[in-house]
Amino acid sequence: MKPAEFYQRDRHRHPPALTPDYKTSVARSPRYSMISLQQSVSEITGPVFGHNDIDPIDNDLIKNYAKDGDPVGERIIVHGRVLDENARPVPNTLVEVWQANAGGRYRHKKDTYLAPIDPNFGGCGRTITDENGYYFFRTVKPGAYPWRNWVNNWRPAHIHVSVFGSGFCQRLITQLYFEGDPLIPLCPIVATIPDPDAVQQLIAKLDMNASVPLDCIAYKFDIVLRGRRSTLFENRLEGN
Amino acid sequence: MTQKLDYLKESPSQTAGPYVHIGLAPGAAGFDIYKQELGWDIAGHKAKGQRIRVEGVVIDGMGSPVKDVLLEAWQANSEGHYAHPEGGGKVEDGFRGWGRVITNFETGEWGFDTVKPGAVHARVKLGSGVAEKVASSDPDWQGRMDSHAPMAPHINLWIVARGINIGLNTRMYFEDETEANAVDPVLNLIEWENRRGTLLAKRAGERDGVPVYRFEIRLQGDNETVFFDV
Repeated sequence: MKPAEFYQRDRHRHPPALTPDYKTSVARSPRYSMISLQQSVSEITGPVFGHNDIDPIDNDLIKNYAKDGDPVGERIIVHGRVLDENARPVPNTLVEVWQANAGGRYRHKKDTYLAPIDPNFGGCGRTITDENGYYFFRTVKPGAYPWRNWVNNWRPAHIHVSVFGSGFCQRLITQLYFEGDPLIPLCPIVATIPDPDAVQQLIAKLDMNASVPLDCIAYKFDIVLRGRRSTLFENRLEGN
Repeated sequence: MTQKLDYLKESPSQTAGPYVHIGLAPGAAGFDIYKQELGWDIAGHKAKGQRIRVEGVVIDGMGSPVKDVLLEAWQANSEGHYAHPEGGGKVEDGFRGWGRVITNFETGEWGFDTVKPGAVHARVKLGSGVAEKVASSDPDWQGRMDSHAPMAPHINLWIVARGINIGLNTRMYFEDETEANAVDPVLNLIEWENRRGTLLAKRAGERDGVPVYRFEIRLQGDNETVFFDV
């Protein structure tokens, strides 16, 4: 069996382009329908990354920008697997994360929130999944912060996650939320996702077994990328 | 009760947000953290073919440049091979074919240096009428045209930003590849011929002896760029 194209994206689980409650989407959303494209080699291939591209410390946000001590905040481990829709691991794929610090402030020249920058926290990390699709980061739990949408909108604590997979059509950016956060159901960005079950898929679960006693609490977060069909019959044209 | 299918479902997308640079281009966010950032060198120094520069801007529905966008490019080398096990053939050492750029925060302009990709052998079926056009322009193609139509040189682009809920896929073709574009199976898939031009980068002179191509992406409004559901 040879791998063929990736399964069609289930657009009912993804946010549509236009979501007026998230105001910025209004002027940035295409109005015409997308053209559906049968995948070619341009879509089923994608960039390949290796361990030479990154440093081992890149997945430790507690240490990768530390200047004179550890960053302030609740120490957490975020771990899980990158899988495809066939429940197979996606090995050797690049996972990148970014987040606010424990006070809800980003280290970004465009962020002017009152909460202070943490001198020991950069807020970004990256890693490559192992042969089982497994990845892990150590960081501090990000804080909630206000944003200009409605007058009093607050983002739930979240970590942005970027994943590649093996084909460029698997490329995905999403956000990780934390179990039990009361801001999740109030957030217009979360609510861009039309399917409540799909929202649950972005909420990391507290994982006491993976927590390090007296050190670090853990959350489990699996990421699912598009799965791929197999060519079952050789008498059909490849990738037909 | 019927049996259950045991597939998982793809994680839903969320916007990259205004601070995407922290994660994917921290230097632009204003701090130095990684030994090397990824995606600034698309072709490497050993790549054969024509060196080019690609520049452009992303325009929103109000007609304003989007100043916090991040684009990724994925392209074949000058022989039409992608740097991937299923990419169609070998590529030069150092050729990754993948790039990542952000816009200038003040102007919204973006740009990258690369080599012009070659025609790529597709795995798509040709639409009606296109097969005949291909066959007449390339008699040698007859036997392969069902599954291996050639695609004109193009660069695949993926666009994320605040306000974009799921990354937008489009393709940049080259205005000066008139013949190849005329029989490209993807351009021909676009029913409205007047929209195909939204995917053509325009030749904009030379800089330091390197041809410059300009590609404006319009998210919405007049001449909205064609985006693909891949």
